[in-house]
Amino acid sequence: MADNTSPTVPAAKKPGLEERLMSLLDDRKRRYPVYAILILGTLLVPSIGDNYVLEILSNSFFYIVLCLGLNIVVGYAGLLDLGYAAFFAVGAYTTGILTSHYGWNFWLTIPAALVFAIIAGVIIGGPTLRLRSDYLAIVTLGFGEITRIVARNLKDITGGPSGLIGISRPSFFGLELNQIHHYYYAFFILVLLAIFASYRLQHSRLGRAWQYVREDEDAAEAMGIDRVAIKLYAYVIGAVFAGVAGCFFAAKMTAISPDSFQFMQSATILMAVVLGGMGKIPGMVVGALSLVLFPEVFREIGSMRMLVFGVVLIAMMIFRPQGIWPERRN
Amino acid sequence: MTIFDITVQQIVNGLILGSFYTLVALGYSMVYGIIKLLNFAHGDIYMVGAFVGFAILSVLSGIFGDEWTGILASMVLTMIAVGFLGVLIQRIAYRPMLSAPRLSILITAVGVSLVLFNAVMAATYGEYTAFNTGLDDEGITMGHIHITYTQVVMVSATALLMVGLHLFISRTIYGKAMRAISIDMDACRLMGIDVNKIIALTFFVGSALAAAAGVMAGVYYGSIHFFMGFVIGLKAFTAAVIGGIGSIPGAMLGGLVLGLLEAFGTQIPWIGSEWKDVFAFGLLILLLIFKPTGILGRTEIERM
Amino acid sequence: MVILHVNDLTLKFGGLDVIDRLSFDVEEGAIVSLIGPNGAGKTSVFNCLTGFYRANAGDIRFQGQSIMRLKPHRITKKGMARTFQNLRLFKNMTVLENVMSGMHCRTTVGALGAILHTPRQHLEEAEIHTVAEECLDFVGIRDHKDRLARNLPYGDQRRVEWARALATRPKLLLFDEPAAGLNYDEKERLMDLIRRIRADLKITIFLIEHDMGLVMRISEKVVVIDYGKKIAEGNCDDVQCDPKVIEAYLGKEDEEGN
Repeated sequence: MADNTSPTVPAAKKPGLEERLMSLLDDRKRRYPVYAILILGTLLVPSIGDNYVLEILSNSFFYIVLCLGLNIVVGYAGLLDLGYAAFFAVGAYTTGILTSHYGWNFWLTIPAALVFAIIAGVIIGGPTLRLRSDYLAIVTLGFGEITRIVARNLKDITGGPSGLIGISRPSFFGLELNQIHHYYYAFFILVLLAIFASYRLQHSRLGRAWQYVREDEDAAEAMGIDRVAIKLYAYVIGAVFAGVAGCFFAAKMTAISPDSFQFMQSATILMAVVLGGMGKIPGMVVGALSLVLFPEVFREIGSMRMLVFGVVLIAMMIFRPQGIWPERRN
Repeated sequence: MTIFDITVQQIVNGLILGSFYTLVALGYSMVYGIIKLLNFAHGDIYMVGAFVGFAILSVLSGIFGDEWTGILASMVLTMIAVGFLGVLIQRIAYRPMLSAPRLSILITAVGVSLVLFNAVMAATYGEYTAFNTGLDDEGITMGHIHITYTQVVMVSATALLMVGLHLFISRTIYGKAMRAISIDMDACRLMGIDVNKIIALTFFVGSALAAAAGVMAGVYYGSIHFFMGFVIGLKAFTAAVIGGIGSIPGAMLGGLVLGLLEAFGTQIPWIGSEWKDVFAFGLLILLLIFKPTGILGRTEIERM
Repeated sequence: MVILHVNDLTLKFGGLDVIDRLSFDVEEGAIVSLIGPNGAGKTSVFNCLTGFYRANAGDIRFQGQSIMRLKPHRITKKGMARTFQNLRLFKNMTVLENVMSGMHCRTTVGALGAILHTPRQHLEEAEIHTVAEECLDFVGIRDHKDRLARNLPYGDQRRVEWARALATRPKLLLFDEPAAGLNYDEKERLMDLIRRIRADLKITIFLIEHDMGLVMRISEKVVVIDYGKKIAEGNCDDVQCDPKVIEAYLGKEDEEGN
């Protein structure tokens, strides 16, 4: 055998789509122009798109906010919440009841909804977050159902099964928000706020604490971190995101009913969070968009949609638990 | 009706409800005991059992008639079929996840639930399906109290299944293996026990019991719906927690207790039937706050 | 002054007495070891001290205050930190992030501060980073601070665990088998580190260890337990000669061979 003085070097692998995407976004200088283009593009859509497109995108924005909120609970803190729609219901009904029955100004209902969402989060989370994670899933599911049943049964306050109608439109400095593009912009602003808040939270003492608790609860406890309090923070902050989104949902739809807050809604949001990639902000955008655009693209599937989602969920967990959006670290 | 009449009637109702809850709760507790997973999809197995039972009965009623012979024959076949379904689900969706973080397997369970739920919803177009049997309301009447033979048979069948399960767990080698695995899985592996096979067997038995409950529910209420697994899943979980999750006698006790509590609860004027679900969930929350280990549960001490 | 006072500590698992009326003291500023044959209950003692197990009876006083019913994070906050026998680092986080976890209980900024980047948040983040780096420096692995914890060799992972415990600014540090799996050089460095922790940082050390050589060279006092009961307490020389101790360790061999 001839002595090989120059060993053959294997040809360098061409970087795949994932690697190219990550290198694009990791580079600070190239990241910001990408964001600027996205934001600019989004702001320009109302001038070129029709109402149908605006409706779809508004829905997407709305789901992005919800996914970002659930992401804090599931992705950052690692808690499985199956009743997330309950907080969204709290926000929507607070706005609906306060504006319809008591004539409140819409903008004042937002802090009220915030308070109620926090209270709900503390009441539900307080006792259950001490328990094993399996219990939390079923208990949150139960609370989601209780909220829906309460909404359905308290006819005088919540309008019963048919819900509340005739929720008045809010005004913003004299401009009544009754066009779809108003809500398009409103939800987009909410998205930006939600992304900002999520990002700041993730890279903070609290965000690290969530990660410590998620990685190893007992080791975190030994390091002086109150695991129950930390989980409760995540749960309540998630509730706040959903509550605020709920207020705007009520204003946009002008009518809400318990059917909007069924378990399927909670499961759908969870699905989007898992699909996009738990814990990753861009993943939430991707997941929410997939969720809203998917049935629009595949209209024929219609009722099979959730079935396919269930299969996708299982497949995701087995084959690609990190979700669509790739992991940052190597 | 006198208080006595109401009491007896509600005891009967409670026993019936308790039967359903017990049979489903057993599956929860068994699976939790062995792999520490709360099988979120278990309620849907109950629902699938009802539909499979309906399908099998439609076929068998030609041969066995649609009274008790046909029903019981269908129930046995349903239990076997759905038992295997449970094993299949475990094999495809849960077994690959045993070493993954807890959150992943819980999410997978949600996925399984969605699949079962929506598959049946699609197949039935979301409609109720009438579960017709040749049974009637004949029974024993004592004044204002009426206990149908159907009720008697169902409670007896449940009791029989529970006895059978108890014998299985305490007398057979498989039952012993199940109990051993729930205490220390690694030690069992080292002892040469085929842990995967026993886990599969646990799912088989748990699913079969839930399917039996599903068939009985179909027979009793006369109609089945894809949504029926949802609430029963939550209530059976409550029952399992009442008795002590992971404990088989606990599941039996819990099912009975919950059934009776709910039956008597509907008589409290303020609660009525609209709020009975909230009542059950409220119980669950209180229980988890004050006594999460339930009546017969073991306090788990985690080894550091 | 006694920094840790344990009195009649009892722990039962089912019918088994894991710890049986154990009493001992740890003086402030001392280096004390807890030894005993395998299964004697040493880690269970640590778990009781740190609040992970709830003892059935007895009293534990840290700096004069009873800590019996406190949750682990409260005990750590009071100044008692621990390391784990089977290294429980946050594997998917960097070395620096691991050590920063210790400073969580010494800071307070919450969600609003995090979102708004208040001046206090800036100050605290700087403090957290500084302290974490100092602790890494103290144990000697500052260079690895940005590496993922799971990528480090075992000996270095151990040091991250120690740095992490130090970052909680403890008064008493419980080391659970710190020398397990270390080679000779690493053990020498460990002993040096323990002495430096006591001398420079004024931290009292209480350690569980199996390596008798290390125990005898570094400890001022040794507590020996077997089957959950204390069988000796004193300085190294006394304990080494104590017939009960010898019997506990060697007596079992006698049953087998001769």
